[in-house]
Amino acid sequence: MKKFINEIDDVLIESLSGFASAHSDLVSLNLNPNFLTRKQIATNKVAIISGGGSGHEPLHAGYIGYGMLDAACPGYVFTSPTPDQMLAAATVVHADKGILFIVKNYAGDVMNFEMAAEMLPFANELPIKSATVLTSDDCAVVNSTYTTGRRGVAGTVIVEKCVGSLAETGADLQACKALGDKVNNQTASIGVALTSCTVPAAGRPTFDISDTELEMGVGIHGEPGRRRETMREADAIVRDCVEAIITDLKMRAILTTNTHEALLLINGFGATPLMELYLIYNTALKLFNQHGIKIVRSLVGNYTTALDMAGASITLCLLDDEIKQHWDSPVHTAALRWGR
Amino acid sequence: MKTSFILSVATAIRDTILNNESTLESLDRAIGDGDHYINMKRGAGAIVDMQAELESLSPDAALNKIGLKLLSTIGGASGPLLASFFMGMAKALKDSGDESVPTYAAAFAAGVDLIRQRGKADIGEKTMLDVLIPVANQFKALAAANANVKEICTALIDTAEQGMLATKDLIATKGRAAGLGERAIGHIDPGAKSCQLMITAVCQQRLHSKN
Repeated sequence: MKKFINEIDDVLIESLSGFASAHSDLVSLNLNPNFLTRKQIATNKVAIISGGGSGHEPLHAGYIGYGMLDAACPGYVFTSPTPDQMLAAATVVHADKGILFIVKNYAGDVMNFEMAAEMLPFANELPIKSATVLTSDDCAVVNSTYTTGRRGVAGTVIVEKCVGSLAETGADLQACKALGDKVNNQTASIGVALTSCTVPAAGRPTFDISDTELEMGVGIHGEPGRRRETMREADAIVRDCVEAIITDLKMRAILTTNTHEALLLINGFGATPLMELYLIYNTALKLFNQHGIKIVRSLVGNYTTALDMAGASITLCLLDDEIKQHWDSPVHTAALRWGR
Repeated sequence: MKTSFILSVATAIRDTILNNESTLESLDRAIGDGDHYINMKRGAGAIVDMQAELESLSPDAALNKIGLKLLSTIGGASGPLLASFFMGMAKALKDSGDESVPTYAAAFAAGVDLIRQRGKADIGEKTMLDVLIPVANQFKALAAANANVKEICTALIDTAEQGMLATKDLIATKGRAAGLGERAIGHIDPGAKSCQLMITAVCQQRLHSKN
């Protein structure tokens, strides 16, 4: 293992401290329990809290700020954060309209956020109400190493962006949850790995994969996907991904009309150059067009990573006016910024 | 059961986790992501470090505090599940108020039942429950039959081992190996292994303790 590390036990704290210092205009870091909030705590809005294992940066702390999250709770690498982190974060950021937890559908995350939500009414003098949006956009597999049901992956960024935008308007908890559920439902993702990732504490690659292989449908922790396949040219790989997404959206009766507007997100897993991500975008755009899907919004880059895994995921979110409006609205976070 | 016994068990559990590093790591690398050992080590170590804070508490209060500590220390799926066990056991002990063997058996079963509810899982799904449910059932049956400590501990060590070994041939439908399908067959579930190790440590501690 060759990584920029001092002591393995210090990786998370040193990285969080660096992040908080680099973006000190946007975020504040609390240690023990570990959570990050906006520098300026917002008032009179639903407070949106997300979190999950570390190693997916910029998810979630990179999305704290105006128009997105109010707080994020980072766990150890690929390990869910704990309820005390969520309760402490909720106590700091709640602003009288309740807490919306955005949780990627993994058994550990679900259970920890569930326990936090159960404890939240008793954690403060005045009870705080909460609701939860579970993201489950990965159409690669139904059950996985860490999930019952579909995994939450890069589509989570779109959910956080849209719900964050709605919350800024003063919308209530129920409306924020409803939009989150809708965006999640209209989104499908699939990922491909060319190499494994290496969890610092493990010190060696999570899985073995040869130079001539790829893992189709890989998860964001390097967990297995649909199948191991032979490496081939990019167009053929992207075509399989696009077909998987189209099949999923049709099967779930989300994609029904002949033409539809959509947002296309090409997400890098951490060790794939932007040059290749744009190449993937180029192909995916054409293929979706052939299916009558008009890409009217796009995002290309490393938004939901898996440490140092080489590979990428393709996410398609079918847009309606409401989702489009909340995608376009101003956002100011460390990892996403436009309009202000 | 005295709080001092819980404290001695905490140390024994920490030691058995440390002594089985390579076993737990290789099992979890095969069908998980290799962090189970690290998480268990962190949790077990945190409990051993709480000795001073726990020793003045009643057994149920100590178990509840252990549950809360595990909840904030382990993370992942193991954290809430193990925390639920200790909190469920603490509540059952507190509610019952007596110190009979059937009470401990019922409290253990109450803890296991909370794991089942929290994890929405049951026996046969290649998880820690494949060890815990048979052990809980047998503990209750032996306690009801007035078995002595030696009989109970010996039997539970054996049952835990059988439950752990049985996960080898299962396809996982819950927990970390779900989704691997047949790829998980032939591998013992790491959570079942660590539970077997912990139960064995508790039983051996009881067999060798004087009170």
